[in-house]
Amino acid sequence: MRPASGRHSRWGLRALGLGYLALLLLAPLVTIFYKTFEHGLAPPLEAITSPDGLHALKLSLLMVAIAVPLNTIFGVGCALLLVRHRRRGSALIDAVINLPFAISPVVIGLSLFLLYGTKGWFGPGLDEAGIKVLFSVPGMVLASIFVSLPFVVRETVPVLQEIGTEQEQAASTLGANAWQTFWRITLPAIRWGVAYGVVLTTARVLGEFGAVSIVSGQISGETETLPLFVEKQFQNFNQAGAFGASVVLALLALATLLAMNVLKRKEDA
Amino acid sequence: MGISVEGASKSFGDFQALNDVSIEVPNGSLTALLGPSGSGKSTLLRAIAGLETLDAGRVMIDDEDVSKKPTQKREVGFVFQHYAAFKHMTVFENVGFGLKIRKWDKAKISARVHELLQLVQLDGLADRYPSQLSGGQRQRMALARALAVEPQVLLLDEPFGALDAKVRKDLRTWLRNLHEEMHVTTIFVTHDQEEAMDVAGQLVVMNEGRVEQSGSADDLYDHPANEFVMSFVGEVNRLGDGFVRPHDMDVVLDPDENTEEAMVQRIVALGFEIRVEFVLADGTEVWAQLTRAELQKLELRQGQIVYLRPGKTKSFSGEPSSNGSGASTPRRPPDGDDAEVSAAV
Repeated sequence: MRPASGRHSRWGLRALGLGYLALLLLAPLVTIFYKTFEHGLAPPLEAITSPDGLHALKLSLLMVAIAVPLNTIFGVGCALLLVRHRRRGSALIDAVINLPFAISPVVIGLSLFLLYGTKGWFGPGLDEAGIKVLFSVPGMVLASIFVSLPFVVRETVPVLQEIGTEQEQAASTLGANAWQTFWRITLPAIRWGVAYGVVLTTARVLGEFGAVSIVSGQISGETETLPLFVEKQFQNFNQAGAFGASVVLALLALATLLAMNVLKRKEDA
Repeated sequence: MGISVEGASKSFGDFQALNDVSIEVPNGSLTALLGPSGSGKSTLLRAIAGLETLDAGRVMIDDEDVSKKPTQKREVGFVFQHYAAFKHMTVFENVGFGLKIRKWDKAKISARVHELLQLVQLDGLADRYPSQLSGGQRQRMALARALAVEPQVLLLDEPFGALDAKVRKDLRTWLRNLHEEMHVTTIFVTHDQEEAMDVAGQLVVMNEGRVEQSGSADDLYDHPANEFVMSFVGEVNRLGDGFVRPHDMDVVLDPDENTEEAMVQRIVALGFEIRVEFVLADGTEVWAQLTRAELQKLELRQGQIVYLRPGKTKSFSGEPSSNGSGASTPRRPPDGDDAEVSAAV
């Protein structure tokens, strides 16, 4: 009796879980794909191969190319500092790193705006030096870095804690210096944590809207990333363009996830 | 390459792990650091390797002060209790790690690694990952890895602590044989006095961050410097101010002036050895270690009244008292020199 009812409740739970996911995650995604290709391939293709569309794609990839490596290096270094060299003040750093999670991206965008604006702390000085931060790529990079900063740290810290220090100590008794120990022992041991952090960072940078939208000024063909492009197409009643760009965004995210899975599978084999 | 530690002290917050410890380990010896957990034995070993920095004191390896040298320059082989295997590397890569760091060429590394894998009987498993090995195999791999770089000294931190009893015994014998072949100065940490006596030529008994006594196994067993050493190295009964080993308790059926009345409480057969527990008239509980033949001759049973004649009783409060036939004046009375390991292998 009990096994039978156990099986029933298991199936019930599974159906509930899958149904929930389907409704909340899959349904919107499927809708986008459906709507995009409703009238064939031509309209969405046209929208994303337009000069503005291509520029937006390039700019989004540029954000990823700059923000992700920087946040990865910073994230791994910061995680090492937090786990391996715990000092007074570490708790504060730990808390500050979570700020981008806690603060709304719009607020982040506004604060950058105030900081680098013509009347901000850094704005005038940089202006004199001929560096334009707001309404140009540097400001958008700053915003992207800010919003995606915690991911690598957060994914790396628990893995570092889990592997412990013994392997590193063993390496040092075998003659490895700190640098060799990091490259040959620590990094390989934490690589999946870091990789997962990188995937999340990439996804966040690709998808960031609020903060980038404020500092960029949303100039078509100049400071428009893919999400901003989607929003503008949508506002202009160009549904095909909006959906087409959305599909590109979704595909990029899927590609990132797949890349990690392929790498991981190769590793396990 | 002899090792000596002079006046080593180390605290972790409020906890004093080492309190002015000095030891002397002769070249080529196999020495055990023996003590309960928290006695400072692992900290001392790690300080020798440079994995802990001392608050005071210094570490000398082969008459050179290495206190300021980082671990990677001390040329010590270190084996951890939980193996510290490099999980993302094969057995071959693990053992060859130190050689790769030293930039040996591939052919030489391969030859040396296979030589060592043969030594630790893992030659067929070179391409396995640590997760595919048993605990004993992992520890032998860790040992091969430490030996690959031909360290000046070999340090083992509870190397068999995580293994089951049978494997532990095998590895013990194996380590002793290995040391006889290689003669590299070896220190190993253990809390198991039987293991220490089985493997090591000399023992350093530690407690609460200090060295209680050093010497050969016989020295410590027959002439313990104090109560702690006596009770830690072997079993002991307490009789008033004195201490007596369970195998020095004679059980007789007729009283005389040196015997004490006792009642048999429990008889436990542990194979060849029989453990008989008694309660004395004053309520003290003691036990005697008898052989099967002795038990059969006495025909003891539970509740029976018998007489105990404690031989070789030791007392540490004043003069050694002798209660029976065996006199027991320590050959070497405890003095300030007890930190020195006197006997050579």
